[in-house]
Amino acid sequence: MTETDLGRGRKLAMYRRMLLCRMFEERVYYMFLEGRLPGTVHQSAGQEASAVGVCSALAEGDVVTSTHRPHSHAIARGLPVNSLMAELFAKTTGCCHGKGGSMHLGDLALGMLPAIAIVGGGIPLATGQALAFQYLRKENIVACFFGDGAANIGTFHEAINMGAIWNLPVIYVCENNRYGASTAVEKVMKVKHVADRAAAYGIPGETIDGNDVEGVYGAMSRAGERARAGAGPTLLELETYRISGHSRSDPGRYRPQDEVAAWRQRDPIESYEKTLIAEGHLRSEDAGQIKASVEEELDEAVKYAEGSPDPAKEECLTDVFA
Amino acid sequence: MSLPDAQTCKTEASARNKMTMVEALREALREEMRRDERVILIGEDIGVEGGFGGAFTVTLGLAEEFGHRRVMDTPISEAAIAGVSAGAAVGGLRPVADVQYGDFLFIAMDQLANQAAKLRYMSGGKISVPMVMRAPVGATTRGAQHGQSLEGFFMHVPGLKVACPSNPYDGKGLLKTAIRDDNPVIFFEHKLLYGSKGARKEAGGIEVLGYVPEEEYLIPFGQAKIVRPGRDVTIVANLLMVHRSVAAAAILAETGIEAEVIDIRTLVPFDWDTVTESARRTRKLLIVEEDNLTGGWGAEVAARVGEFCFGYLDAPVRRVAAPDTPVPFAPVMERFYIPSVESISAIARELVSSY
Repeated sequence: MTETDLGRGRKLAMYRRMLLCRMFEERVYYMFLEGRLPGTVHQSAGQEASAVGVCSALAEGDVVTSTHRPHSHAIARGLPVNSLMAELFAKTTGCCHGKGGSMHLGDLALGMLPAIAIVGGGIPLATGQALAFQYLRKENIVACFFGDGAANIGTFHEAINMGAIWNLPVIYVCENNRYGASTAVEKVMKVKHVADRAAAYGIPGETIDGNDVEGVYGAMSRAGERARAGAGPTLLELETYRISGHSRSDPGRYRPQDEVAAWRQRDPIESYEKTLIAEGHLRSEDAGQIKASVEEELDEAVKYAEGSPDPAKEECLTDVFA
Repeated sequence: MSLPDAQTCKTEASARNKMTMVEALREALREEMRRDERVILIGEDIGVEGGFGGAFTVTLGLAEEFGHRRVMDTPISEAAIAGVSAGAAVGGLRPVADVQYGDFLFIAMDQLANQAAKLRYMSGGKISVPMVMRAPVGATTRGAQHGQSLEGFFMHVPGLKVACPSNPYDGKGLLKTAIRDDNPVIFFEHKLLYGSKGARKEAGGIEVLGYVPEEEYLIPFGQAKIVRPGRDVTIVANLLMVHRSVAAAAILAETGIEAEVIDIRTLVPFDWDTVTESARRTRKLLIVEEDNLTGGWGAEVAARVGEFCFGYLDAPVRRVAAPDTPVPFAPVMERFYIPSVESISAIARELVSSY
């Protein structure tokens, strides 16, 4: 379904934001291959509509929690690309001063808890943050991202149940990209949809096309409105697909080629571009310009990151305790 | 550094009366909840009307005063209790979480060791996690899954503070400090020291009542207390083992051996100054813990004292601890398993007379 309350400006902003997610990760991936970045990366190419659709429905002060695959969530939430890139380069100017890295991107002051890289580990934290919002009588909500893999770990059950009984303002956003690392979701889950499990907690559950950014935005807006009104959590399942492998070293041979090809046909950015052109909001030359401006922003970010100082090695000893 | 004796005496002189650990902890919670609206309690069976105020009655009556908005009964979900508390702490509250037995903390281990302990570090120091996780420990003839001592596990995790009071005065003062601390604190309480059933036989008939002054006080973390001065051997202990060590010291004194007993009070931060100063002075160190011998907190103390005080010691550092088995059930086995006044005094005597 498509929301109609989005004006041209919002639509183009979502389009650009998705491009920024995709092109950021492409850049990062090549720089990893070139050996310019330490560590590893978990890419989310193909899942941008979910990140951007959800985060576009958030207000100032709302909080996102994320996973080991957080790049697009951080960009969608609006964290400065410079600070994200610098974090991947392990620089002091990174959003976590070089102590987090790819899997812990975040900046709470800007609405994103450092990403939690233990599968399912962020679900209780998101629920607790929502408890704080409710207790402090704020109208904010939490968007708790996790993957289909997390739907089978104990914290999913414990935390969603607790969020449900206390009517907490948290939206549990399952990005079902069909694989937990290399394991297909059908092998590890008997129910068809993760959202079917919402019934077990007495909360609404909805499975939607996670590659339709406006559809995601609409579903998240409705769930958010409900949560802000004190009516409690929703379990949103966004069906999507990661076009890339699980992590840097994964060629993805466990996935049938025709499946990958079919999902490539449903690329959320390309399809949204077509929609915007069809709706008359975008001309293809505008699209080229937008992409060029994203490239420029990323050039700038890489320059900023590379030019930033490394942390002093002794800084590893600080920030253990407040 | 230990608190000066004079201060303790003054405190006792002005005390209104004696109370149990349970009462002292409850008073700490009540005072902190009155003082700071952000302090909330989260746990199982802690505020149910007609219930028992948590497994050991510590929160009894608090729901009546503060309501269920602040005394939140949870499902049996220890991982979520820990993680929701950590998330709420990040969000600006100061939760005091509660599990019925410390053994259940293993269910919550990811949330404590990976989340609460590391969020500050991973964020580059941008956020803090001011939460307290209260956990009863110690063997009380409940067998292998309701009687463990877990201080060593948590002492090993950077980012967690660990408190382990041995008496009502310390319990109250340390809990109030824990609640005001901006870091996650694991707060261990020994079941035989609660005092809810009077001086229990398993505890060796120890005095469970203690002076708690009427005026407010806090006890800083990282300050051990010399509970009995002595010149011949230093005994370092925590929780119930402080009481057994003091009793052992009394027996040793009958034969002219003066043991110095140090109640470590918090394991993180650890008061190395007091322990190393004492070990250098007595030249002999005995560590007493209820935890399993291997990899317990006593091993860390032995290693550090060996490193820092090597030239001062007249004897090897010794430990009295539980053997490396699960906690047994049969009372006869449990009594053998847990360090006793006899085993402590025997090893201390050996240390003094053999070197």
